[in-house]
Amino acid sequence: MAKRSFLIPGVDKRLLIKDSIKTMPDVSRRRFIAGGASLGALTLLTGCDVIDSSSAEDMLKQVSKFNDSVQAFIFNPDALAPTFPESAITKPFPFNAYYDLDDAPDVDGADWKLEVRGLVDNKKSWTLDELYKLPQVTQITRHICVEGWSAIGSWTGTPLRDFLKLIGADTRAKYVWFQCADKDGYNSPLDMRSALHPQTQMTFKYANEILPRAYGFPMKIRVPTKLGFKNPKYVVSMEVTNDYKGGYWEDQGYNSFSGS
Amino acid sequence: MSSLTVSDEQVSATPAKVIQPAWVRVMHWTNAVAMILMILSGWQIYNASPLFGFSFPREYTLGGWLGGGLLWHFAAMWLLMINGLAYLVTGFATGRFRKKLLPITPSGVLHDVRAALTFKLGHDDLTVYNYVQRALYAGIIVVGVLIVLSGLSMWKPVQLHWLVMLFGDYPTARYVHFFCMAAICAFLVIHVLLALLVPKSLRAMIIGR
Repeated sequence: MAKRSFLIPGVDKRLLIKDSIKTMPDVSRRRFIAGGASLGALTLLTGCDVIDSSSAEDMLKQVSKFNDSVQAFIFNPDALAPTFPESAITKPFPFNAYYDLDDAPDVDGADWKLEVRGLVDNKKSWTLDELYKLPQVTQITRHICVEGWSAIGSWTGTPLRDFLKLIGADTRAKYVWFQCADKDGYNSPLDMRSALHPQTQMTFKYANEILPRAYGFPMKIRVPTKLGFKNPKYVVSMEVTNDYKGGYWEDQGYNSFSGS
Repeated sequence: MSSLTVSDEQVSATPAKVIQPAWVRVMHWTNAVAMILMILSGWQIYNASPLFGFSFPREYTLGGWLGGGLLWHFAAMWLLMINGLAYLVTGFATGRFRKKLLPITPSGVLHDVRAALTFKLGHDDLTVYNYVQRALYAGIIVVGVLIVLSGLSMWKPVQLHWLVMLFGDYPTARYVHFFCMAAICAFLVIHVLLALLVPKSLRAMIIGR
């Protein structure tokens, strides 16, 4: 116990990384199935044969999809995430990923361009200097991780809805799909209503400093109405689309809407 | 004569006094299944970011990994919430809560706890709850409401931020959720132990009599 180092109360730094590693689906698939197989009682209640573990998984996936629609239904586009004073900021703000910080994408800001694709009028790519010239706002909000821990941080950048307007995006489309520089190709879909939420931001600064590598340099999408894994870092492209293209964690079973 | 025959039939057809009506039994066991699913998947979720210096053994967690645990948790929550709501509504509407759980007096609870610990608590009439039962059952209903409200706060901290404020903030709601779980586990141990000590109470919860 004594060797455990806590970044913030309740968050074990080693666990954050370890947990992400052990969440790889192939290793845990069997355990997942074992969990389903022992629950014969559920058969009586649902009428599904959960002894057959694949149907247990199917049932859970169906419920998760149902939960997506319930969450979309109760999502109020005007409900704002609570904001906090600077004194409430969590220091240090935790780095969290399925890899060590040393393995995090190391993006060269001079070469980097944000690619814009899909249902937009202007598909021009944006350099960092061009993006930095857009009007920016600062917000201090609580980042809530799917693992349960949370931390308060200060993010500065351009509201995504302003940018979507600027590039002539079809905001009737269903999703904005982000792709990232992570070597395994991290990506995540964001439903359009959340993308248009006033606090959803293309983030270029953390705590008034250029976004450090740990938090997603050169650009992160900060969505205070979503769990952390739906706040992609190291973003390289965005696509406005009607297709559900899946996401790194979403494909492995995290609930896709995951709104807060 | 015919009237006599009828009354004979009535006697034989009249079942023994119903201790637990069917709706109580159905909801009790549905709740038992939902609670166990919620606790085991909740332990899986807890392990992803422990609040304290311990984790739950993997053998006692559901889902295999965090994502699986979350799927179970957010599926079983519907069972727990719908069944729980139906139980609260029926309990109040039929007057069962008032009739069975009230009054609860500190002296009554103290007296019956002492009697229970010395094995002197009578169980002749299972339709009347003793004060230990009243306190435990009323208490666990309150804990049940709290665990659902703190859980909803963690699930929707933005949409339901007024609910989060009831607990103070998001991290506090997390601790409340945990301690409610601990209270339910403690209740479960005592509840099962006492039911096994008075087997006819367990029978009543299964077949009603």
